[in-house]
Amino acid sequence: MIRRHALRRILTWVAGFVVLGFRELWAEAPAASEAEGAGEGPWYGMGIDVEKCIGCGLCMQACKTENDVPAEPHFVRTWVEQYVTQTDGTVAVTTIRPGEEREATPERNVLHSFFVPKLCNHCANPPCVQVCPVGATFTTKDGVVLVDSKRCIGCGYCIQACPYGARYLHPVTKVADKCTFCYHRIEKGLLPACVEVCPTQARVFGDLRSPASPLRRMRRMHKTFVLKAALNTEPKVFYSGIDGEVR
Amino acid sequence: MPHPPGRFPEHVIRLGVVVVLFLGSVVAIRSFVVPASLKEKGYHRTSTMEREAARPLHYAGADVCRDCHDAQYQVKSGGYHRMLACETCHGPAKSHADDPSTGTPPAPRTRDFCPQCHAYDLARPTGFPQINPITHNPMQACYTCHDPHDPRPPTVPQECGACHASIARTKALSPHSLLACTTCHNVPDQHKVTPRKVRAMKPVERTFCAQCHGKSSAVVGTPKIDVDSHYQKYLCWDCHYPHMPEAAL
Repeated sequence: MIRRHALRRILTWVAGFVVLGFRELWAEAPAASEAEGAGEGPWYGMGIDVEKCIGCGLCMQACKTENDVPAEPHFVRTWVEQYVTQTDGTVAVTTIRPGEEREATPERNVLHSFFVPKLCNHCANPPCVQVCPVGATFTTKDGVVLVDSKRCIGCGYCIQACPYGARYLHPVTKVADKCTFCYHRIEKGLLPACVEVCPTQARVFGDLRSPASPLRRMRRMHKTFVLKAALNTEPKVFYSGIDGEVR
Repeated sequence: MPHPPGRFPEHVIRLGVVVVLFLGSVVAIRSFVVPASLKEKGYHRTSTMEREAARPLHYAGADVCRDCHDAQYQVKSGGYHRMLACETCHGPAKSHADDPSTGTPPAPRTRDFCPQCHAYDLARPTGFPQINPITHNPMQACYTCHDPHDPRPPTVPQECGACHASIARTKALSPHSLLACTTCHNVPDQHKVTPRKVRAMKPVERTFCAQCHGKSSAVVGTPKIDVDSHYQKYLCWDCHYPHMPEAAL
């Protein structure tokens, strides 16, 4: 009887300490993501009008300059793919390397050809955030998926998990790196560097929650698609004018 | 041995002390080791966002340039390039915008810049102005005919080529493309009025070509030969077609 009393008291004390020590872990976790339209403040996204892209590659160069991505080895935060569909149905996809002589597009038996700029889709339901073992990658309040370069251990799970191939291991810092929508620019009210330099306005940046944003307007005027919609990642990069073979 | 009721046995108290010390040290170490930013209850770690937001800018943004370069802005705003940001061609200019004394952003003047957008490519949208850089006025810098701030297509200079189009087209692709027709042909003004009565002059002697191609010529960058020993009995244009000198006759 007495022993049972003593055990009960001991357990109470232990439980008390556990509660004290780990109470921050029990704090109410915020919702991982919010659907478009819900919540307050900006919810950033990008629109890409494939019919306007001329494949000049200036966005790639500007991104590398703005974000100090080394020129070599060829890692990029944003890149432009060229799709060439032949009349027999075969599709060839090549990535533009700006400043380099690229193989001329074949002129015969081509059904159609177009450029597709790609970047991190800043998914509302990001697989990279789910797999990160140390919680280094996260979604900000404005819907931008960021990597905490001080917390990332460079394991590369997120690079594997990203269905869009938008991440890479930074050759200098050895941590995962990706498009941030130029977070340091949009915070100051500027446009991301790729949008800033795009000569044909093929890229449109804006707030998905603001009815007046250029992105909302672009989505009103065009029928837009997201890449790999079946994966339920809810990308926030919207493409207009792409073909079914673009993934 | 039975112990007095209402008191913990001695060995249990000792065990309790050990447990309390262990848990206390866990709490203490955690409070040191876990960074404050991880204990925030918000969406995300503010420190990372602050670090990202503090990264240096390189591109100043299109509106800044106008403060000083309004004249260029006015020219540009009426032309086909009105939607281009200045930094699209001039490159990142944040440091120049902050302190103009740090140097001026470069203006691309070489022929490899404009074709990044304007070289013909099947995948470029129909209607987008495209040229073939190989045949489009070779070796001439783009800005000599097109003002980059207002790049309306220029009227093509129709001088000799207006009548001698075939020769003009041939010469345009040759190493002599940058030479004016009058470099070799002495053209009286009257030739443009009554071309058959007053003829343009052609060179008649080997020494004419030797002005540039002779061994003792001071002209830089031309292929040189020894005029005295190089097939003396022939005229230069017996073997070399001056409008396309490298073509085999």
